[in-house]
Amino acid sequence: MSAVRNTPGRWLEIIGAWMVAVLWLLPLVYAFWAAFHPPEYATRFDLLAPLTLENFATAWSQAPFGRYFVNTFLLVTMILIAQLFLCTLAAYAFARYDFWGKNLAFALVLLQLMIMPEVLIVENYRTMSNLGLVDSILAIGLPYMASAFGIFLLRQTFKTIPKELEDAARIEGCSEISILWRVFVPLAKPTYIAFGLVSISHHWNNFLWPLIITNSVSTRPLTVGLAIFGAPESGVDWSIITAGTLLAVAPLLVAFLLFQRQFVQSFMHAGIK
Amino acid sequence: MGGPRFIKNQVYGWLLLMPAATLLVAFTHYPAVATLLQSFFSSGTARRPSKFVGLDNYAYMLEDPVFWKVLTNNLWYAVGTIPTSVAIAILMALWVNERLPLRGVVRMAYFTPTVLPMIAVANIWLFFYSPDIGLLDQVTRVFGFHSQNWLGDPDTVLACIIVMTVWKEAGFFMIFYLAALQSLPHELEEAGRLEGASRWYFFWRVTFPLLMPTTLFVLINAVINSFKLVDHLFILTKGGPDNASSLLLYYIYEVAFSFFDQSYASTLTVVLLLLLALIAVGKFTALDKRIHYR
Repeated sequence: MSAVRNTPGRWLEIIGAWMVAVLWLLPLVYAFWAAFHPPEYATRFDLLAPLTLENFATAWSQAPFGRYFVNTFLLVTMILIAQLFLCTLAAYAFARYDFWGKNLAFALVLLQLMIMPEVLIVENYRTMSNLGLVDSILAIGLPYMASAFGIFLLRQTFKTIPKELEDAARIEGCSEISILWRVFVPLAKPTYIAFGLVSISHHWNNFLWPLIITNSVSTRPLTVGLAIFGAPESGVDWSIITAGTLLAVAPLLVAFLLFQRQFVQSFMHAGIK
Repeated sequence: MGGPRFIKNQVYGWLLLMPAATLLVAFTHYPAVATLLQSFFSSGTARRPSKFVGLDNYAYMLEDPVFWKVLTNNLWYAVGTIPTSVAIAILMALWVNERLPLRGVVRMAYFTPTVLPMIAVANIWLFFYSPDIGLLDQVTRVFGFHSQNWLGDPDTVLACIIVMTVWKEAGFFMIFYLAALQSLPHELEEAGRLEGASRWYFFWRVTFPLLMPTTLFVLINAVINSFKLVDHLFILTKGGPDNASSLLLYYIYEVAFSFFDQSYASTLTVVLLLLLALIAVGKFTALDKRIHYR
């Protein structure tokens, strides 16, 4: 690597890389500009324009963002806990037990990677309405809890854990479930973290299914609240929309900036395996 | 056959699988089958219960100009987003894999759009595209162009959506290429340098072919995304003007939840499921190839 010389062509590449980076950050930079300046400067760029937090206060008072935050937080936590529990059990079954119909069952699990719940909105809505769950946070989360992706990822990890460790634990007198809990789960920690980050960012950002299944402030997550808030027909001005948008993405954005390396690595990890 | 170990495997295996399997069947397999069945029935109302109509819904679909419009849009959307975002992703990965001043910042800049919700992204981009006051118009005005309603014009709207999607997705695909580049053996590059290969030649003859498995993986993801990602339409265009930017899944949403025609929505969903099944077949063939590379 060190032998790459800074020839003119090399400099062009460096400038190119930077220009693309600036271009990629531009929309966010603009959002920050509009959100922190008075509305009359939202479309006029003047370096001496006064800074203000007024837009954030207005956005916060015009929509129940606090409630949306709580809803999203509950949703994401609920989905993650259920996913970790259900996927661990299923992955353990696939990795360590030989049972009748195992291959067929695994193929049926993988099918979900292709047919995501967002595609089946019509029938899933009908199911939720039969269960009387329409407009509940549980209904937003339920279709995603048995994640084929999580099962697949954990099964791969469990398969790499040597049989000797399991045998040793058994000789020590561990039961089947405590082998899973004491040997497999601790050794799979990196996979759990990777899956957790991917799951949290995915469900924090998810929109279509929550839009369909919720219809009140007490269940709506941030994305749906933001879509209603930012719709052109709602007549709110730019500065306030950008302020609301930044409010809604702030927790995830801050988490990303703090744990950038873990985020990038978890996406790598989650994608390649 | 038989024996305690065998019985134990059966019982434990199925018991562990049961909770996840129940939910998977309830929200993936059952609705997929129910969608297919529903597509052969008419939509019921309070006065008229739904009844078997055979292929009527499909015949209606073939006559429906909006169906053909959204299907064509979706194909153009895929053609417009996939090669561009993949090419940009490769370029980004090559850049941030090398020594580069401020490399950490550059990599963060590329990846940031990936962690933002599509709704937030669309909110920000809506301003870029708005006529007169929008950033795009402000820039083109400097060059003497007239103001343009980018999202209101059927000729430009799909292109605008494509540009935004490329911006959102390129950094995500970059991650996979970066992982692949970092796993390539170092000796190759040294050998190439000793042989005096130019960077361009080296890329096309060595790096790019070695990235082929990653490209297949990324392509499949990109194709799936182009059919399932419609969030931005809710903010930017609502599929308009005149369905010029509507995509298949958005049309399904409209038919089911704005026009309340569940049967026709099911029929359209069957088409989407068939398209995804086709991609699945491609995926497994591609994965087979991926194994041969190893």
